[in-house]
This record gives sequence, structure tokens and C-alpha cells, in this order.
Amino acid sequence: MSDTGSSAAVDERIKQTSKLREAFIRPELGAIVGVIAVFLFFIIFAGDSGMFAPQGVLNWSTVSAQFVIIAVGACMLMIAGEFDLSVGSMIGFSGMSIAIMSVTLGWPVWLAILLTFALCMAIGALTGTIVVRTGLPSFIVSLAFLFILRGFTIFLPQTIERRTIIGGISSAAEGDWLAPLFGGKIGEGFFRWLAEMDIIATYSRGARAGEPMVNGIPMLIVWALVLVIVAHIVLTRTKFGNWVFASGGDAQAARYVGVPVNRVKIQMFMLTAFCATLFATCQVMEFGSAGADRGLLKEFEAIIAVVIGGALLTGGFGSVIGAALGAIIFGVVQQGLFFAGVESSLFRVFLGVILLFAVILNTYIRRIITGER
Amino acid sequence: MSEAVHAPIVEMKDIEKHFGPVIALNGVSFDVRPGECHCLLGDNGAGKSTFIKTMSGGHKPTKGKILFEGREMSFDSPRDAMTAGIATVYQDLAMIPLMSVTRNFWMGREPVKKVGPFRFMDFAKANEVTMTEMRKMGINLRSPDQAVGTLSGGERQTVAIARAVYFGAKVLILDEPTSALGVRQTANVLSTIDKVRKSGIAVVFITHNVRHALAVGDRFTVLNRGKTLGTAQRGQITPEELQDLMAGGQEMVALESSLGGTV
Repeated sequence: MSDTGSSAAVDERIKQTSKLREAFIRPELGAIVGVIAVFLFFIIFAGDSGMFAPQGVLNWSTVSAQFVIIAVGACMLMIAGEFDLSVGSMIGFSGMSIAIMSVTLGWPVWLAILLTFALCMAIGALTGTIVVRTGLPSFIVSLAFLFILRGFTIFLPQTIERRTIIGGISSAAEGDWLAPLFGGKIGEGFFRWLAEMDIIATYSRGARAGEPMVNGIPMLIVWALVLVIVAHIVLTRTKFGNWVFASGGDAQAARYVGVPVNRVKIQMFMLTAFCATLFATCQVMEFGSAGADRGLLKEFEAIIAVVIGGALLTGGFGSVIGAALGAIIFGVVQQGLFFAGVESSLFRVFLGVILLFAVILNTYIRRIITGER
Repeated sequence: MSEAVHAPIVEMKDIEKHFGPVIALNGVSFDVRPGECHCLLGDNGAGKSTFIKTMSGGHKPTKGKILFEGREMSFDSPRDAMTAGIATVYQDLAMIPLMSVTRNFWMGREPVKKVGPFRFMDFAKANEVTMTEMRKMGINLRSPDQAVGTLSGGERQTVAIARAVYFGAKVLILDEPTSALGVRQTANVLSTIDKVRKSGIAVVFITHNVRHALAVGDRFTVLNRGKTLGTAQRGQITPEELQDLMAGGQEMVALESSLGGTV
């Protein structure tokens, strides 16, 4: 009985799979195909519109980077088996928090930014704690926070300043040591050099004549890249990443072998709060103002990007790289609207088709990988 | 067959467990020795689950003593029992199907290597050990990255058993490992149990299938309505007798002699 045939060197029932097939069967495949489709579409329909000139690239990259930042948080949280519907409200709330602290209260901008990060991550921890302590679906708990945070975001500036948009952050941030980390640009010297070499276009008239049209890469894009790389490595290469997968895959089985599931989930709620605050800080520093309606519907866009990226809605499976590609699809399609000059309603059709196609492909791939029936 | 010359590694003496007015266990005694497979049989509702949860730290007994390696022990949680060397493999809670075999195998005990100030999971080591341990159990994985969901039910049980053995289990409690499996897969799991027993680990095999029990068991204890009906040695009892005993002991009187007066 101890030798049932399966101890032979090669099991004849295991099909030998080709390297090519192995390379294709990955959770991000749907998103990769989607990105290729989107770029092909716009190269054909908007190739000569400036969308792929340096300025155009910077435009849709910046918007994509915004989506990437919130998608990374949503992705890690979804893999850990939870949702956060309060991301959009958190964006509005944290932006308003920075504005009130720095403009209305006149505190230094660096202090406003640091306190806002601390406050918002504490709110994320609170959401997570309520979810793991009560066992309620995170869908409901974070929905409550969606309303609570949005309510405060409108109430506070109206009560204090009698308006819902607070400006003047740019002047407050002048000379601040922390603000450029969110609102600044890098590589300015490099772009000036590119302009001098006539590789990129420069302004020919006005106050900025002679300066390059693209004068640096916004910190927002740098943050997005760093977040994707760090999150991907943590998720796939570390012990903690294994705990994130385990917490979402089967919390009870994970607890049984000693994985601190509750702690992991709370930390992932804090990560989504961090990402939302990062998004808001970059936005506030760029616009110089905070509005009560900022971040509307962003939670759904983040979740859709994550699902296009191959994550399983019920947790335990997913990819940060996939989520980032899903976010790029979103950003490129949204900005492509302006460049292609095609009836914008058609793009919604296009986005819907991509979404459906990517998710169907993902489900099929996932079944191959995980053996789900 | 039974060369159980060792002292018992786990001894449960007169265990009682009450849940409010319900008496789930009413004086159960049971022991298991290193290198033996002791089968615990019983029909549904006999108290098997309550009993193994008591042994693995999930429940505290209302009355009675648990001796582990000769010393009286009181486990506060399954984690405590695991640290002491009592591992339980549950039928459905063993593995996470979406995750790879390696990730499952090391879940909660991931090996770590340091690269500068960073600590990464040591996948080279994790994959190698996983492949080796699975090969020892007679399963050739296509790749350690393969998701557990692609394995058969029997293979999943085997991964869970291999994991418990690798992490130093001295006592392995298997909760109905064969009840949901086909014939071939059952045979595989039973042969795994045989290998584990031969390596000197004490195995507690819970089942309600008499034939599965007789295939690997050294001793058989029947549980009925929260009480032990007796313990028999291998060769002292026929499948029919065991079956009758589980079914409620209509032929108790006739069976008592064959059980060697242990009732």
C-alpha cells in the first residue's frame, strides 16, 4: 500500500506544460491585454493628436498615477479579503484637513501634512478594528465611513469658512520643506537639457518662452511607481505578503497556523487610508486648494482597476502589478477622451467592453491557476 | 503488528466535557503511543469532534486529566498544543486552495533571509523543502508554485500531514481525513498515515469507516454517546463486530468477550 504508483519519478497524469503557456498564464494577463488594446486604440484614433507627444504622455501618466496610488491600496486590502468604500470620501476629507490646518489655522504645511496622515491612518485603523471585532462585512462598515467622512468634509469648511473650497495653500506651502515631496517635480535639469538639445518642445511666446513645455516629472508619478514596486515586493516576496494572501484566502485556516489575521487586515485598512491621503496631498499641493467634492466615486474606480488587474473580489488572489495596469487603462481612456475628439459616450462603451473582457479573461485564467471549478 | 512498547505520549483520563446542560463527553479515557495508529471510531454525534478538540487545545475538559509525555498539561489554545507537538489536520480547514503549495506549507512559519536591512521570505529554501517533503509522502508536484486548488482532496490532506510532520509534530490528530475521498485517494492517504506511523509519530485517526480504520489501525476505540465502549487490539476484533459496536452496541454482551474485558 505504501507504493501506489504515484511515487514514480514522473507522474503520467501531470501534463507537461510549455514555457510559453506558463508565461501567459498569470493573474495580470487580462490587464496586460487590456493595456495593449487601449494603446492600440488610441494610437490608431488619436495618434496625431499630441497624445503621444511629451506633454500628452505627461498628461495621461499623471492621471494614471492618481488611479495607481489608490488602486495599490485597494488591491492589497482586497487580497486580504476586505473592501474600503470610504476611499473617495477619505480623499476629500484629508485634502480638507490639510487646507484647514494650514490655511485657516495657519499651522506650518509640513505639520498639517503629517497630522493629516496620522489622523487618516487612525481612521483607517478604526474602520479595520470595527470590521474585525464585529465580524460585519467591510462593505457595510466602510459605507458608513463613506457618509461620515464626506459629511465632515462638507460641514467643517462651511462652518469655519462659509464655503466648500479652501484655497491659498500654494502660498502657505512656499518654502516648506515637506510640501515639494508631494507637489514638486523631479528631473527639471534633465528636461531643460532635453529642450536645449531640441529633443523636446519649448514655449515660443509668453513669460515662459524658451522653457521646456514638460519641465519635470511630478512627484505624484514617482510616488505611484515607488508604491507599486514596494507593494509588489512586499506582497510576493515577504512573510507579511504571505499573511496578506492567507488572511483573504481563508481567515480561519490562517488563524489556525498562527497568522495574526486581525492585525494584517487592520494594517491593510491603514494602507488604503495612507494611499487616499497621499492622493489628496499631491492633489492639494498641485491645485493649491481643497474642495469638499474631491474624490467622488474614486473608491469604485479603484476597485474596478483592481478587478481588471486580476484580483478576486472575495480575497486571497490578486496582483499589485495587475491593479496598476488596470489603473493605467482607466487613466489613458479618461484622458484619451480629450485627445481623440470622438463622441465621449462611445468611450464609455469602449471602457465597459474592456472591463467585461478583462474580467472574463481573468476568471478563466484564475480557474486554470487555482483549480477552481 | 503493534510494537507499542513505549509509554503513551498522550493520555486522556476520565475526560468529561459539559456544554451547559449537555454532557458531550462522559468519562472518556484514551491514550496513544509513539509509532502507533490509534483509531477513534464513532457514529455522528458520538462526541468524536469534542474529544479531539479537547485533546488539541480547542476545548478545556470539565473534568479529567490530560497527560502529555507523562506530565499533566492544560492547553489554552490549539496554538499551545501545536507548540507542544500535537498537530491536528482538519478535513476542510487544512489548506487555502488559492495559494501555492509552498505558501500553504510555510503559512505562519515562513523562512526568512536577510538582504541588507530587508527581510525577505526565503523561497529557494521553502520550495526545496516543500518538494522534498512532498516527495517523501509520494507526491510529485509539477511545481511548488502550483496552487493547492489544483491538487486532489487526498493530495491536500497529504500536504497538511507532511506540513505537520515537518514542523515536528509528535502526535498527529487526523479528523476524518478519508471521509470525502474516493477509493484511490483514500488508499493514498492511508499509506501516508502508515509512513507517518513508521517514523515514530503517534497518530490518532478519527473515522466512522471501519474498513479504513482496520487498514492502518493498531488499536481501535469506539465512542458512543459520549462514552468509550472499549479498546481493542488489532487482530482481536472483526469488522462486523466493530461496526455493530459503533452502531449502538445491540450485541454488546456478545462482544464484551472479544474486547478482552476492557469495556
